Amino acid sequence: MVSPRSSRTLIPRVSRRCYSAAPSPAAKLNLPIDYKSTPLLHHTPSSLSSIPDFPAAATSKRLNLFQSINSALRTALSTSDKVMLFGEDVAFGGVFRCSMDLQTEFGSDRVFNTPLTEQGIAGFAIGAAAEGMKPVAEIQFADYVFPAFDQIVNEAAKFRYREGGTGGNVGGLVIRMPCGAVGHGALYHSQSPESLFAHIPGVRVVIPRSPSQAKGLLLSSIFEHNDPVIFMEPKILYRAAVEHVPNEYYTIPLSKAEVIKPGKDLTIISYGHPLYLCSSAISAIEKTMKGVNIELIDLRTIYPWDRQTVLESVRKTGRAVVVHESMVNYGVGAEVAATLQEGAFLRLEAPVKRVAGWSTHTGLTYEQFVLPDVARIYDAIKQTLEY
Amino acid sequence: MDSGTTGKLRGCASAPSGFCPLTRRSVTTDAASSHAENIPQEDDKPFTVRLSDESFETYELDPPPYTLETTKKELKQMYYDMVTVRRMEMAADRLYKEKKIRGFCHLSVGQEAVAVGIEHAINRQDKIITAYRCHGFALMRGGTVKSIIGELLGRREGIAYGKGGSMHMFAENFYGGNGIVGAQVPVGAGLAFAQQYNEQPNTSIVLYGDGASNQGQVFEAFNMAKLWNLPVLFGCENNKYGMGTSAARSSALTEYYKRGQYIPGLKVNGMDVLATKAAVQYSKDYAVSGKGPLVLEYVTYRYGGHSMSDPGTTYRSREEIQRMRSTHDPIAGLKQKMLEWGVTSEEELKGLDKAARAHVDAEVAEAEQMPAPENTPRNLFEDIYVRGSEPRWMRGRTVDETFYY
Repeated sequence: MVSPRSSRTLIPRVSRRCYSAAPSPAAKLNLPIDYKSTPLLHHTPSSLSSIPDFPAAATSKRLNLFQSINSALRTALSTSDKVMLFGEDVAFGGVFRCSMDLQTEFGSDRVFNTPLTEQGIAGFAIGAAAEGMKPVAEIQFADYVFPAFDQIVNEAAKFRYREGGTGGNVGGLVIRMPCGAVGHGALYHSQSPESLFAHIPGVRVVIPRSPSQAKGLLLSSIFEHNDPVIFMEPKILYRAAVEHVPNEYYTIPLSKAEVIKPGKDLTIISYGHPLYLCSSAISAIEKTMKGVNIELIDLRTIYPWDRQTVLESVRKTGRAVVVHESMVNYGVGAEVAATLQEGAFLRLEAPVKRVAGWSTHTGLTYEQFVLPDVARIYDAIKQTLEY
Repeated sequence: MDSGTTGKLRGCASAPSGFCPLTRRSVTTDAASSHAENIPQEDDKPFTVRLSDESFETYELDPPPYTLETTKKELKQMYYDMVTVRRMEMAADRLYKEKKIRGFCHLSVGQEAVAVGIEHAINRQDKIITAYRCHGFALMRGGTVKSIIGELLGRREGIAYGKGGSMHMFAENFYGGNGIVGAQVPVGAGLAFAQQYNEQPNTSIVLYGDGASNQGQVFEAFNMAKLWNLPVLFGCENNKYGMGTSAARSSALTEYYKRGQYIPGLKVNGMDVLATKAAVQYSKDYAVSGKGPLVLEYVTYRYGGHSMSDPGTTYRSREEIQRMRSTHDPIAGLKQKMLEWGVTSEEELKGLDKAARAHVDAEVAEAEQMPAPENTPRNLFEDIYVRGSEPRWMRGRTVDETFYY
C-alpha cells in the first residue's frame, strides 16, 4: 500500500500545461474528444433516418451547435409570428453567433437587444408569454442568470399553478443560456446551474447534447409545452460538435430520455457535454474488459426527468454511474441515485456512483482538475463493475 | 388608447429606429483643455491649474471649483502612471495574442485617466470596487505589474493565486474585479456603510459601466445609499458602448449622472486626468462631510474591443476610434499640457516613457517565468466553505500515483 505521504511527493511534477485543452503526452484516457468520429454525432445523413424523432425523408445540412440553434430560431420565427427573440447583444448575432442575421431577416420588432438587465429580461419575457407570445429570451451566460432567479422561480414557475381556473400559462417562454466550462472561463463563465432550476416544480430544464438534438428540443420547448423552459446550451459544443441536422421543422419530446447506446452490464446516465467523455470511457473500458457492455443514457430533459427509462435500464443492468459537470453536492446525480435506490434497490449490484465536478469553484487554471474527465469516468465504471 | 404611442415605444425597445435619444455628451472629452501659468521652478511647489469650463456638468449639485492645485511632481507621476497602465495593458494584449493568457480579458486602453485620476484624488484608506475592466485599478491600488500579469497567466504568484484571471483582482482596499455586471454596486454601498459605521473619514468609489447602469441592483444600491446617507461615490464609466450596444440603444436616459434621481450627480471629462482628479477630490469631501452619496459619470472611451474576442469595429466606425485616439488621448493630452506649461521637457518625458516601459517589460518577463501552479488539493480546495467534501483519493495512471487526500 502506498502511504499518503509518499504519493504526495509524486504529485509536484511541474507540468508545462496550464490549460485542460492541452493533454500531457503520457495521457491514455484523457485525450481530446475527436468530434469527427464520435458515435454521438450524425456524420452522414443516412444515420438520421433511423431516429424516430426526426422527420422522414428529411434533407439535412452539416451544422455546428450555434448554427443549429440559429436554424431552430429561424424555423421558429418563420413558423409563428408570436415568436420573438431578445437578449443582450442578440441583434448583431449574440456573443456565440446563435442569432446571426435574424434581425435582418425578421425585423427589429421581433429580434432586438435589451439593456444589461437579466431580472428585467426574465420578467419582461414572462409578461409577454402570459399574453400568448412565445418569447425566446437569451441570457448571455448561464453564470449571469442569478439576478433573474427570482423572476424564474417566483413568477415563471408558479404562473400556471397560480392562475388555476383561468388556465393562464407562460408556455412558449424559453430562457436560453450557454453553460458549462471550456477550459479557461474561470469563475463566471463556466457554471452549469441546472440543478438549481431542477429544484423548482413548474419549469422544465433542458440540455441538448448535439446540434440535431438541440434543434428538435428547442422547437419542442417553444411550441409544444405550457411550461416555461430553461434551455441550457453547452457552449463548448457551439463550434466543436458538427453533424447533419434536418432542415425541416421537427420536435423531440421533452422529459424523454434517450438510450444512446444499449448495453447489459452497467448504465451511465448523463447529459450535455460529458456524454462525449462517457462515450470515450465506454469504448476504452469495452476494449480493456472483454465482454463488458455499457448502456449510455442521455437524460436530455433534466427536470421533470424520465425516471422510467432510467429505472428500466438499471433494473436490467444492476449497476449505474451518473455523470455531470456541475458540482457533485446536491446535484442531479444525487436525485438520480436516490431515485434508483428507491425504484431499483433489489436489482442493484453496486452502489450508484456519481462522477461530477468537485465541490469547489472553477479557478482559472484549475478547471481540468475540477471537472469530470474520461479517466474518472473509466475508473468509476471499473469500480462499479468490480464491486 | 393611442396606438401610435405603443408603436413608438416598441420601436424604441427594438433599437435602430430614430425614436431613441442620441447620447448627449456635452462635457468635453478633450484631454488637453486646461490652462496654467506661472509654473514654479520647484518640483513640489503647488500651483493652480484652471480646468476647462466644459469639464463638468452637474445635477442638483454646485459644480466643483474649476481649479486644481497640483505640483510638477504630481503631474509627472500621473503621466508615468498612465503610461505604465497602458504599457501593461499592451503587454496583456500581446500575451493574449501569443495564447499565453487564455479566457476572458478586458483591457482599458483609452480609459487610463479614470483609474489614475481617481487614485490621485483619494488615499489608501478609501475603498474602490469596480467591474471586470480592472487591471489599471489593481495597479493603482498597489498591485504590481508582475502580480497582475501573473494573475492573467494563471500563476500561483498572481494577485489572486491565478484563480481569478483578468476579471478578479484584489488588493488592499480594492475589492475587485467583479465578473457579473452591476453586482459590485450594492457591495460597494456595503463598504461605505462599514466606513460610516466605523466613523472613518473615507469614501467608497463604486464603478460600473454604462451597460451595467441598467441593472436593477444598481438602483437598489442608490436607494439604500441615500436612505442611510452613505459616503459612497457611485461612478459610471461611460465609454459609450456596453459590449456592442451603444448607450443610446440600451438606456432610456443616457445622462448617467442623473440616474440617481434623488442623489446629486456630477459628470466629468474622464479623458482628462486633471478634471477627474478635481471631481473626485471634491466629491470625496462632499461625501465624507456627511452630505451623502453622489453619482458621478466619467465620460471616457475604450480604444479596443469589449474583450479580446471583440474586434471593436462592428458597432462603431474606425474613424470614431481614430479620432478619439489621435485627438482625445489622455496620455497625449497631459503630455501636451506639461510641455506647453514648461512643467517638463521632451527629454524628461522620454525618460519617463522609457522608465515605465523598462519597468513593465521587466516585470512581465518575471511573470512569464513564474511556474504554473502545482496541482495539489491544497490549491484546489482552499478558501471554500465546505471542508471534507473532497474525495478520499484520486486514481493516478499507475497505482503509485494514486493520491490520498
